[in-house]
Amino acid sequence: MPFTKHRRFHATSLALALGAATLTACGSSDDESQAESGPAALTYWAWTPGMDKVVDLWNKGPGKKEQIKVTVKKQASGDTLVTKILTAHKAKKAPDLVQAEYQALPTLVSNDALADISGEVGKAESEFPAGVWQQTTLGSDAVYAVPQDSGPMMFYYRADLFEKYGLKAPATWDEFAKTARALKKKAPDKDLTTFSANDSGLFAGLAQQAGAKWWTTEGEKWKVGIDDAATRKVADFWGGLVEEGAIDNQPMYTPAWNKALNTGKQIAWVSAVWAPGTLTTAAPDTKGKWAMAPLPQWSKGENTTGSWGGSSTAVTTDSDHKGAAAKFAAWLNTDPKALGALAKEGGIYPAATAAQTSGAFAEPPAFFAGQKDFYPRAAEIAKTAAPGAWGPNVNVAYTSFKDAFGSAAKNKSDFGDALTTMQDATVADLKKQGFGVAP
Amino acid sequence: MTSPSSPSSLAVRKAAPAAGTTPGTAQGPPPRRIAVLPTAVLVLGALYCLLPVLWVVIASTKSGRELFSTFTFWPGSGFADNLTDLSAYRDGIYWRWMGNSALYAGLGALLSTAVSAVSGYALAVYRFRGRETVFNILMAGVLMPPVILAVPQYLLLAKADLTDSYASVLLPLILSPYGVYLARVYASAAVPGDVVEAGRMDGASEWRIFTRIALPMMVPGLVTVFLFQFVAVWNNFLLPYIMLSDDEKFPITLGLFTLLEQGSNTPALYTLVITGALLAVVPLIALFLVIQRFWSLDLLSGAVKS
Repeated sequence: MPFTKHRRFHATSLALALGAATLTACGSSDDESQAESGPAALTYWAWTPGMDKVVDLWNKGPGKKEQIKVTVKKQASGDTLVTKILTAHKAKKAPDLVQAEYQALPTLVSNDALADISGEVGKAESEFPAGVWQQTTLGSDAVYAVPQDSGPMMFYYRADLFEKYGLKAPATWDEFAKTARALKKKAPDKDLTTFSANDSGLFAGLAQQAGAKWWTTEGEKWKVGIDDAATRKVADFWGGLVEEGAIDNQPMYTPAWNKALNTGKQIAWVSAVWAPGTLTTAAPDTKGKWAMAPLPQWSKGENTTGSWGGSSTAVTTDSDHKGAAAKFAAWLNTDPKALGALAKEGGIYPAATAAQTSGAFAEPPAFFAGQKDFYPRAAEIAKTAAPGAWGPNVNVAYTSFKDAFGSAAKNKSDFGDALTTMQDATVADLKKQGFGVAP
Repeated sequence: MTSPSSPSSLAVRKAAPAAGTTPGTAQGPPPRRIAVLPTAVLVLGALYCLLPVLWVVIASTKSGRELFSTFTFWPGSGFADNLTDLSAYRDGIYWRWMGNSALYAGLGALLSTAVSAVSGYALAVYRFRGRETVFNILMAGVLMPPVILAVPQYLLLAKADLTDSYASVLLPLILSPYGVYLARVYASAAVPGDVVEAGRMDGASEWRIFTRIALPMMVPGLVTVFLFQFVAVWNNFLLPYIMLSDDEKFPITLGLFTLLEQGSNTPALYTLVITGALLAVVPLIALFLVIQRFWSLDLLSGAVKS
């Protein structure tokens, strides 16, 4: 009896789903013709501040001509938005366009929430650094999103205090460790920086720089490489520094951390291109005292960086106007006027290479007024971003990172064990979700 | 605050002089003895609850510059600026959120109190087949955290094409199992069967009995239901979060959340969030102060002498 009930329920929901599918099929015409015309009203979930003003440019300009009107619905960023999109997708009510962080794309794609828009936006590939573009294709022929902003990682330091203690911006991680120790010797109450077990994205970026590929596909299976040699190298390096007390072990983005930066207790920060904005609120008293340098390298002569943050614009499978939506996504992230407005209104660092040296980035950020070549250098660094390799359960890996590395950093114990925990948790979750996992 | 046994002390005190068991204190009320341990525990508890409130109050006076750099419990100088900034943020959308919250909480609580009153009264006064079953199902609903229901409710309303509307947040709030349960319990205690019977003898219709006789008796209980619902809706996060995508319809909880989560490259607007959170509590406090006096009417204000 329970079986039949169950089956009937499934049959009903299947019928409903099919009904919905036919309806969508009737409503959309982009399957048949690329040259979709006629009025389209699109909704767009995004969190970038001022996005409504940028979209106004579209609605008054190219959008008016093409009769494609976009409405922004401002959302809160983060993992919660991914959940919200997936819930809406279950009801076939996801908006036409969504803003999504790169590491969220595989989750959305594996739930069939994102449409392949390679036909419409494929030719935009050349406008973006390869390492960034690759994250929107998930290594396939499809294209699931257009890159919007990126977060190439850099090394920030207090130029005045570095001079005071006779330090130099480290070119390699080896020098970085020596710098940390030298500072401890000269000023025992100060730290070069801290290892933050709260910021999984930072660790992921550092691992990328070392060449780690956390998720790859092998045939139809996922392969998880969180405890690969490259990541292990990174974990051991930072674990060693924490263990010997050369750097602090407290998390970032806390009032205490703000204070440490503001008072000069911590004198450097491994961060990304958007750091000036954070420093403005976290350490207001240190304006003009910072300098930016490329991220230290693993060996001399190398030139690679990782990415921390960044997001893309994607079209959902629920959209009735996928062609129109893709057209807008391409305009938003490649048109110089749009990117200029995004930089001005939203404070984003564009992923498109040409925009990184455009007029909006002629002047250095106000907080770094002394470093005239801030943005030209940033653009150089952005080109060297290593590709990210994300999987469908980044959130699980990130949570596990916070737990395992959190206690390891606190107890100053072995980071290698924490890495193993993170790998095991991620693999176990993939299997539980029903993905095939290659050993 | 005096001693753990104080609720029953009234009855004891009344009986004591007659029984003469405590001759020493028979002349008047016994001297109040302050029990140190319970008082200390309660004071600690009060501190635990009030310290974060104090933090919000003080932090809201600090400018962005002062927020993390000055002593935590030392007031800053930026309260007026924070208010101006908050009101200016995206053309004063904060006040729109505040209005939305008032609408969701006010109208939602009112509707749900009305439904609770009617159904609670019916369940308490009438005897009909299936009454206990209905009540038991409601009890099961009380045990079910509303959080679990948010996603199914979303899928349901999506079928009716009602998502992202004011109705999508209001509709699921109307039936509150806990409210019905409270109303039933209250009605069965406050509305004596004799009174209902007397009304019927005088030829009043059932509706008239309910609105003219029973409802006034149930007011204190319904005020409680209203207040519970109002606070629950005011603080509700998940249901509106799933239902709404248009931030013009957001309640204040969601609005403040979007101020915090602006993406990794945009710093959170801490000062605005803190000031906004402080202002969001003010209507709740005001409501409590206004409605408090309804509570002083208690079960004793019934109509029959026992």
